[in-house]
Amino acid sequence: MRVSLNQPEHLDIRHVSKTFVTQKGSVHALEDVNLRVRAGEFITLIGPSGCGKSTLLKIVAGLDDSHEGEVLLEGRRVTGPGIDKGFVFQEPRLFPWLTVERNIAADLSLNDPEVRRRVDELIGLVRLQGFAKAYPRELSGGMAQRVAIARALLRSPKVLLLDEPFGALDAFTRAHMQEVLLDVWQTNRTTMLFVTHDIDEAVFLANRIVIMRPRPGSIRGVIVNDLPYPRKKASSAFQEMRFRVLSEFEKPEEPVAADWAGL
Amino acid sequence: MFGTIDAAVRKEPGLKSGREPDLEPCRPKNREPSRVTDRAQGREPSRLRIAALGSILPVLTLGAWQIAGDLGWISTLLFPTPFTIAETFARLVATGEMWTHLGISFTRAALGFLLGGGLGLFLGLIVGLFRRAERSLDPTIQMIRMIPHLAVAPLFVLWFGIGEESKVLLIAKGAFFPLYINTFLGIRNADNKLFEVARVLGFSRAKQVMRLVIPSAMPNILLGVRLSLGVAWLGLVVAELIASTSGIGYMMSDARQFNKTPVVFVGIILFALVGVLVDLFVRLLERRLLHWREGYKG
Repeated sequence: MRVSLNQPEHLDIRHVSKTFVTQKGSVHALEDVNLRVRAGEFITLIGPSGCGKSTLLKIVAGLDDSHEGEVLLEGRRVTGPGIDKGFVFQEPRLFPWLTVERNIAADLSLNDPEVRRRVDELIGLVRLQGFAKAYPRELSGGMAQRVAIARALLRSPKVLLLDEPFGALDAFTRAHMQEVLLDVWQTNRTTMLFVTHDIDEAVFLANRIVIMRPRPGSIRGVIVNDLPYPRKKASSAFQEMRFRVLSEFEKPEEPVAADWAGL
Repeated sequence: MFGTIDAAVRKEPGLKSGREPDLEPCRPKNREPSRVTDRAQGREPSRLRIAALGSILPVLTLGAWQIAGDLGWISTLLFPTPFTIAETFARLVATGEMWTHLGISFTRAALGFLLGGGLGLFLGLIVGLFRRAERSLDPTIQMIRMIPHLAVAPLFVLWFGIGEESKVLLIAKGAFFPLYINTFLGIRNADNKLFEVARVLGFSRAKQVMRLVIPSAMPNILLGVRLSLGVAWLGLVVAELIASTSGIGYMMSDARQFNKTPVVFVGIILFALVGVLVDLFVRLLERRLLHWREGYKG
């Protein structure tokens, strides 16, 4: 999917910094992060653990209110969480007492014909037909995460924020989930901000790959990924892109780099 | 991709059945092949077998008791034989005496439970949901909790007389605390991660309570119901022993004064029977409300 360049900024992250103050001292989690995302883009944020990528995502979601700088969504400042920003956590975090369809509807009533129609549509989109009445304990990890994605999509968010959503899944399920997510993206054209530490995943999914470095967390570089979809992981073009991302990590820059190279 | 994973999953049971032939050579050696297959399929033993297993000890005890009583090894005044007790039971049922007492006792316990348990549930919810309510109410409630029944019973009689009020209130006092404490605990144990989900999904405060707080506190609330019902039923004895002219507790204390030991035993059996029935009711409630939970079944 091509994103035309004359589209307005959809999501604007401006000079975001964040310091965690603990009893032992303060940790500089993010420093002066700037990122502009256009509508319908698929951005992956990649970096080693501790580079603040999840923190950045929480700030965009409005789940964090003690940071510097600001985040604008369609020109409006983000001041708190809301349904315009969908969030998929690392774990599915489903309500164990609700069936799949009720989990997707969450606080909305399935008696509303519009909600009913949208829920059924999303169950189809995330390929969970036949599981509408199942309880979370009956689902596999991948299925539960697909419910979480459907739940986040039901409210038609302007941006979908995903915090290492497939991190806990095995390689096969993971590859399947990536395809489902691309499917969702191509159908709904929802803007995606996807945090991962898996280079293959970042290259497979994104239009643009944002590479982050730790201490303090900041953006190291952005790689435009214009490989056509559907992408083949075994193709040489894919491998080339992968090497470009890898070499971005290996560029000698500061002594910090050696610090997390072994992680 | 989906297809391949689906196929991989479907293959699994096939793998298990593929292993089965390995069992075949062992079978002739085993004397009870049917039991082996039962185990292999994870089938539970029949209900009849479970019942039979559970009744071995009571049946043996009753048999020994009857024989010992008939042979005069034990005093039938202190230990009337099971047969005498059964006779008394039948007589009390036939004269309708038992139903009157049971009805009165049951009404008292139910009223006390509804009053105390309802208040406990309500205050537990309030105190669990609001920090300010916790700080202002909980210390007082905890103080009252530690005052024993028998210490306040005379006061209750002074305040409310020897009528129904003092009995129902005494039962209510007992039934209040288990529900209060467990409701409070259940609410405070709610998963913080799910609250984050509720924030992201923009739940209103009311929806947060109805769709998140109460369902996640439900296992604890039902535990509270179970304990409260038990306490209400036990509190009945204390209440009916203070001063009353009806109820099972009265029937028993009256019988004790006139050395009608069999009636005392009938009373004990009644308490146990109603206790089991009440517990069964709560378990059915649990099965209905908590069927989403996967518990350890032993």
